[in-house]
Amino acid sequence: MALVKQETSVTQAGTRRHAAARPIGLSIPSLVLLVLSFVSMMVSIYMIFIYAPTDAVEGNPQRIFYFHMPSAVIGLCAFGIIALGGIMYLWKKDERWDWLARAAAEVGVVFLTFTLLTGSIWGKTIWGTWWSWDARLTTTLILWFIYIGYIMLRGYMGHTFASARAGAVLAIIGVIDVPIVYESVNWWRTLHPQAVLPLGGAPQMPPQMLLTLAVSSLAFILLFSFLMVQVYHLQKMQTLAQRLRASLE
Amino acid sequence: MFLTQTIAILWKDIRYELRSKQTWTGMGLFAIIVLVIFNFAFDLRVDTMAAVAPGALWVAFVFASILGLGRTIAAEREKGSLDRLLLCPVDRKAIYLAKLLGNMLFIGVVELIALPIFMILFNLPLQAGPLLLIVALGTMGIAAVGTLFSVMAAATQARELLLPILIFPLIVPVVIGSVRATSDLIAPVANDPPWLGLIAAFDVIFLSISMLAFEFVVEE
Repeated sequence: MALVKQETSVTQAGTRRHAAARPIGLSIPSLVLLVLSFVSMMVSIYMIFIYAPTDAVEGNPQRIFYFHMPSAVIGLCAFGIIALGGIMYLWKKDERWDWLARAAAEVGVVFLTFTLLTGSIWGKTIWGTWWSWDARLTTTLILWFIYIGYIMLRGYMGHTFASARAGAVLAIIGVIDVPIVYESVNWWRTLHPQAVLPLGGAPQMPPQMLLTLAVSSLAFILLFSFLMVQVYHLQKMQTLAQRLRASLE
Repeated sequence: MFLTQTIAILWKDIRYELRSKQTWTGMGLFAIIVLVIFNFAFDLRVDTMAAVAPGALWVAFVFASILGLGRTIAAEREKGSLDRLLLCPVDRKAIYLAKLLGNMLFIGVVELIALPIFMILFNLPLQAGPLLLIVALGTMGIAAVGTLFSVMAAATQARELLLPILIFPLIVPVVIGSVRATSDLIAPVANDPPWLGLIAAFDVIFLSISMLAFEFVVEE
């Protein structure tokens, strides 16, 4: 307990010094990430709405794709980070892996929610329906529920070691379950044949579209990294604060 | 040794449930009431029966399972016997297996009561053999994941709320497979995917993972 106290007091002093030096309270790498993600977002907004050519078939609604696809990929990969953090936590017993997993959950769910919303808006204009029980959409929705379950479980259990272990197990089960869900929904839907709808862009995109997609992806990755760093530190401080409170009681 | 331990814990749970009897009757009644509610919700007639009946049956089973699963370890926690169980020189896998078998037994009994009533209410004479196989495999999948997660949920203040939120998304493949396999019994479809194989694969995968992961979840 004495060790923990010492560690927390050091961290407290460290954060206070940070806060005194910079009014926003961000460290230099975070500030750089913030500026980079802001600039790349501005550039990608310009490219999406002005630089990229209008799609011949879908028209302007196709531009949602530049927001939709990067956030979908990040939302999916974030769950991979949660599972990786969980496995490493169970293996190494190092709390930092758990903070990483928790940060990925809280940031990833935002990206996945955004994916579902933009996908719905695109679907309404192109397919004429907000939702279709297609394998990809259904699996994304199920993954979203697993995210929410993870965040709720962690929220109820607090910043304890039991909570970290339970979260790790849930993430591992989830990451194995998602491909099975995808396959089963795929099989289920084969019984109800639908018109094959292309998801997103045309198979062969012109170079301007590809470049726009690349820049927009970069902007999303930078934003995700910035948020990850912030939430990671938040998790760390919350854990230390809870431990400090417990030691006082 | 492993088997003896498993059976000892299972027998303890069976005797506990036999003394109280509340869970059994409660779950059975609940399953039947859900079937009756479905009858009103979908205004069942002969032509819609085959399409709706398997879904109604499995929704009833899944809901009833959640009721039973919630009690896996909650009673042990309330009475304080969980610590004593964990202090026993018993492999954690044996505890998990005993709890799983217990849950499967309780849910299975409820399903055996509900199945004949389902056939009478929905007027569907089904072959007992294949249907029992589907029910057994499906129940195993739900219980394998459910037993693990009921331990997690029991550690929180909101276990009744949290348990379905954690389990329902994960058991989607079992629900799809079981409903489809059951409707194949009523009206066979040509070239249908191997639903039983899907459920069996799910069972094997999640039974092994849950058994390995149980020790991380149950420790304080």
